[in-house]
Amino acid sequence: MISAPDVVAFTREEELEDDLYREPPLPEEYSVPLFPFAGHGANPWAKVAGSKFTRDFILISEFSEQVGPQPLLTIPDDAKVSGTFDLNYFSLRIMSVDYQASFVGHPPGSAYPKLNFVEDSKVVLGDSKEGAFAYVHHLTLYDLEARGFVRPFCMAYISADEHKIMQQFQELSAEFSKASECLKTGNRKAFANELEKKLKDLDYTRTVLHNETEQQKKANDKGYYTTQAIEKANELASVEKSIIEHQDLLRQIRSYPYRKLKESEFHPYEPESAVDRANMGGDQDPAASDLTEPGETHLYTHVPSYTPKLIKAKSAKCFDKKLKTLEELCDVYFFTQTLDQLHHIERTFRGDVCYLLTEQISRALLKQQTVTNFLFEDVSFLDEKPPVKQYRGCQGLGQDAIDEKCSEASLAPKVVISLGSYKSSVECVPIKMEQEMEDSEEPKMSESVMSEHQENLDYLDADIKGSISSGESIEVLGTEKPGSGLTKSESQASLPVIPSPQVGRSKVGSRRTVSEDSIEVLSTCPSESLIPEDFKASYPSAINEEPYVDDNEGGLRFTPRLNPGIDDGQDDISKQESLVQVDAACCIGKESPNFLEPLPELGQKPCEEDGVVRIPPQPYRPAEQGLRGGFPSHDGLSGGLLPYELDSRYLTGSREVSKSSLDECSDSTSYMSSAASTCSDRTPSPAHLACSAGERHRKRAGQNALRFIRQYPFAHPAIYSLLSGRTLVVLGEDEAMVKKLVTALSIFVPNCGVYAKPVKHWVTSPLHLVDFQKWKLIGLQRTVSPAGVNVLHALSRYSRYLSILDADSKTLRCPLYKGTVVARLADHRTQIKRGSTYYMHVQSILTQLCSKAFLFTFCHHLHLPISEREPEESVVNRRMNFLKLQLGLANEDIKIVQYLAELLKLHYIQEPGQGGNPLLRFDYVPSFLYKI
Amino acid sequence: KSSVQTIGEEQIQNPYTELLVLKGHQDIVRFLVQIDDFRFASAGDDGIIFLWNAQTGEKLFELHGHTHKITAIAPFSSSDVAEEKMDLIITASADRTVIVWDCTSGRQVQKVSCFHSTVKCLTVLQRLNVWLSGGSDLCVWNRKLDLLCKASHLTDAGISALVELPKNCVAAAVGKELIIFRLSASNNGSEGWNVLEVKRLVDHQDNISSLVSINDLTFVTGSHVGELIVWDALDWTKQASECNFLDSSVHPDIQPEIKLSQSPNETSVQHLTSDEECVFAAVGKGIYVYNLQLKRVIACQRTAHDSSVLHIEKLPNRQLISCSEDGSVRIWELREKQQLPAEPVPTGFFNMWGFGRANKQANQAAKKMQENTPTYFLELVGDLIGHSSAVQMFLYFGELGLATCSADHLIILWKDGERESSLRSLTLFKKLAQNGDLQLKL
Repeated sequence: MISAPDVVAFTREEELEDDLYREPPLPEEYSVPLFPFAGHGANPWAKVAGSKFTRDFILISEFSEQVGPQPLLTIPDDAKVSGTFDLNYFSLRIMSVDYQASFVGHPPGSAYPKLNFVEDSKVVLGDSKEGAFAYVHHLTLYDLEARGFVRPFCMAYISADEHKIMQQFQELSAEFSKASECLKTGNRKAFANELEKKLKDLDYTRTVLHNETEQQKKANDKGYYTTQAIEKANELASVEKSIIEHQDLLRQIRSYPYRKLKESEFHPYEPESAVDRANMGGDQDPAASDLTEPGETHLYTHVPSYTPKLIKAKSAKCFDKKLKTLEELCDVYFFTQTLDQLHHIERTFRGDVCYLLTEQISRALLKQQTVTNFLFEDVSFLDEKPPVKQYRGCQGLGQDAIDEKCSEASLAPKVVISLGSYKSSVECVPIKMEQEMEDSEEPKMSESVMSEHQENLDYLDADIKGSISSGESIEVLGTEKPGSGLTKSESQASLPVIPSPQVGRSKVGSRRTVSEDSIEVLSTCPSESLIPEDFKASYPSAINEEPYVDDNEGGLRFTPRLNPGIDDGQDDISKQESLVQVDAACCIGKESPNFLEPLPELGQKPCEEDGVVRIPPQPYRPAEQGLRGGFPSHDGLSGGLLPYELDSRYLTGSREVSKSSLDECSDSTSYMSSAASTCSDRTPSPAHLACSAGERHRKRAGQNALRFIRQYPFAHPAIYSLLSGRTLVVLGEDEAMVKKLVTALSIFVPNCGVYAKPVKHWVTSPLHLVDFQKWKLIGLQRTVSPAGVNVLHALSRYSRYLSILDADSKTLRCPLYKGTVVARLADHRTQIKRGSTYYMHVQSILTQLCSKAFLFTFCHHLHLPISEREPEESVVNRRMNFLKLQLGLANEDIKIVQYLAELLKLHYIQEPGQGGNPLLRFDYVPSFLYKI
Repeated sequence: KSSVQTIGEEQIQNPYTELLVLKGHQDIVRFLVQIDDFRFASAGDDGIIFLWNAQTGEKLFELHGHTHKITAIAPFSSSDVAEEKMDLIITASADRTVIVWDCTSGRQVQKVSCFHSTVKCLTVLQRLNVWLSGGSDLCVWNRKLDLLCKASHLTDAGISALVELPKNCVAAAVGKELIIFRLSASNNGSEGWNVLEVKRLVDHQDNISSLVSINDLTFVTGSHVGELIVWDALDWTKQASECNFLDSSVHPDIQPEIKLSQSPNETSVQHLTSDEECVFAAVGKGIYVYNLQLKRVIACQRTAHDSSVLHIEKLPNRQLISCSEDGSVRIWELREKQQLPAEPVPTGFFNMWGFGRANKQANQAAKKMQENTPTYFLELVGDLIGHSSAVQMFLYFGELGLATCSADHLIILWKDGERESSLRSLTLFKKLAQNGDLQLKL
């Protein structure tokens, strides 16, 4: 465990603040520089002014087609959490930056409505007035009754700490993506069910209609049809068409996994279907409500059973129907899973960001200690995340610290940019390929973009002024959508001169300070994979055909309308979009409607303008190159190689290199802690990533251990026994007391492998030799029964392998300890008061021991003769000298390091597949009886 | 109050500071037999034979074939130049079968089930390339498991022990009698063998419990009542006998009080082993060292263990290991008594059980003898406590360690911790080099 969190814990106890500065200095790479503004009496944990909520929470909102943006639920589900914070208002904010085209319906050239399997968009958003910053994750769910079959939702992680959101962007994104995937999977399932029911209804309707038509045919045997018959026939035809369409939808939703897999080659429609499209096009009434056949979607009412219903061609009003709730949209199982995941996210990320970061850094570092980390660390959690992600924070910051280009910008954009550049470096191969492919289209793109900007400028200016005057500001700090950042920043900064988007985007961060706009897209994370694939394929062609048609009032939005083969799908979008805006406006009219308008547009643009969307990853390349040029030694830092690089450095012991990278980490740490952040005193400390139980355990164990070392004067030899691998038996009548002692002492027990700690809390049967192999700390019941005699007999028989702590009579029988390490580890006069702090103190000393053991184990000449003729005795002498002089170990401390070294050896030479025989090592040393 | 010497927890000379528990057997493990430098087999009442790697403790094979407990086991290595080396073991069981196993493949080579009674002992005569099974009959088999000849219906008791003697003879212990058989090639046919009873020796008062060959000229037997007889292996005459382990007058060190506490069954000669000079006898709870030249007991430890000593073995380094029903294994060292007559008895050894006093009393009587010949004593240098029940047998593997088997179903491999540690270091650096991790050092 790295000791930085320890320091944090210290500083929080105010009376100890002075002591902190008198402490011996930490190694440079771990030190936390003082808060730079400390001179002004600022407290880094001071409550951020303006935020109206007490702690971080997760908000789920929907952009309802009926009432506009509305909050659905918060996690934790507690009114106190959001306090006076206006959830409605914030929902409006976060929903209004949805870049996602909620476009579904008839794409150009398609016969049937197409479902878009759109990726989620991830946006960082700040509202300085509210003091709220949010990671916003937009997603769409399918709903047969909804407009375009889609319901836009978003999940937002809201925190008062901007930096937390920025630092943890990758983690948040990954965690929310999991939740989103889960929700969407459940939704697809529910949607498919709904479709099936609908199909049954339609089938039934068709049968009914068919019968009626037949009857009419029979009834009138004249040569012509009555208007009634024609109506019926039309109705039947439209039902049949509807069936086909719904079947197609069902097929689409079911083929989702397949389409996901084949993402790269996936095309939303077959070219030949365009012919069909032309034929069918006339039938469609553009004036009819969105996407589907006249009226039908809206007629449909939910049937709980599978009894088919007759569907009537009667149109329902938009506001009449009740939209499904989130629960109804999703399969129950998946819904609860999603909620669990969200709760998990909340637990993970709450608290001060410096906790999160130190945790992450120490974890990343620990992970590299593959040789020694199993000894005292809980290794299980280390396997959870890929290493690249673990280190992102440090790396990104390390890079931005040296990025001269961004020096004029404030801290926040820097961070963002480094995030971006990091990401782009990871993805550099696909990006290059993309570039080649897109080259031909580029000029046109930029032209269209430019022309569009001219159009938009006035429009935007008005908006901006409005928002400034109203004192509201929305900062879109970063998004996952590559194109959006580009177009927006260009339009805002009115820089049509930029020849191609690449250059523009690399300066996005720095431009923030120049711009006076209150709506800012500071940066984006280029991620090709996040572009809706449907658009990729369909739109470039449209644009290529008519590159200049963009020059009209609506900007890009209305492009499709001018295309020759007008497709309702395109129309639908624009309509849908305008509808959305209208909806929003009418529902939240008082909330500055003008403000809303540009934002959906923002979201739409990149999706429509495919070319723009696809280029963006390039701009980051210059930055990356610059980075490389400046820091050649950090070449390896970009990309996933980093941890291995570092690992090898540790092995080689080349201090210089590893130190420099560590410096970066500490920089980032210091930066994080120096930035004013959330108030950790009002929020519970973070329970990190599935460690909440472990965290609690640590606290309790630390507290118990503190009590133990204060209470028992013979704590030192007892701890020595544990550290040197001699099984300690805690003997007592009272189970609770014994277990408590065992818990307390368990933090000193080295692991023998990657399995659970060799600790047995409670045993009632006589011990056997095999038990000492398995367990190094055992709680044993003392009874007066004959069985108890056996227990004691076994204890005395195997006494040479055991130290026995009698909890009832408060005695300890174990070998003598005269070393110094344990004295530092367990000083009964320690000033540490908190269990978790003491736990960390123990961990740091144990880590020292581990590193000594590591050195001892892996020094070749300490174990093997240098020359062949060297006698064994000189090797032994060298070994002892090393332990005593180099490692500064005294007396029994040598035994501890030797034991740990033995464990390291065993761990290293053990073949992965093979369990290995547990062996018991022991010494023939006399034991002594200690009493209080 | 126990009169057994204890050593305490500080055992500087005890090299065994690491142990491996080998689990597998489901009943008492009675036999351990060495196959080669690093392998051994174990067998016991569960009828299963396990092959183990003595270095790593790895279980190599689990041989199933017998339905009852194993009664005898013998290694049978063919070192014929013509054939490739095959490591075989022969096992006899209470199910009246004998099975030959191949230790390399772990397969059953052949099985014989034509016995009328349980085979109690097996002996391989490498020189003649035959093996003998002893039960109620004495059968001679060749490598291919052809019955060459047999001597039937000896007594009800059957043969309890067999030992090879020079000139194609074997000595078989049958109850109180010792019968000498001679193997001779039959006149007709090359493969034919005859086995003839040559002599019956009836010097023992009670059942012969152990029978060992010392060298080409002598062998020794021990009986249940504590008689030890040294025989000439060529003419089968009694060279010497020691039948008075109870008699204190024979040996100056033996104290009357202790004798009284001994019951007859504690004088049984459980096991005998020898080197060129001495015969080491496990008698009851004690260990006796009988010098062949001096024809007397030169050193003894009357209560070496809390209960009967089941097995003893002499190590090359003047050390002696004994195991006992009390579950412990003890390491002894045979030391020469350096004392001058006036010098006090070394306390480290005798003080525990008041032996010093007896020694002082006996000093004068023994003075004459001590002046001429050096006297010896057995010093306890270490004990191994691990088994929770009687330790049936052990196998000394030199520097690889010591394997002990016990009635608690376990086999424990005792190892020198220092040596193992440096071996692990060696493996570690080999693996480092293999993985290429050492290259990063540069």
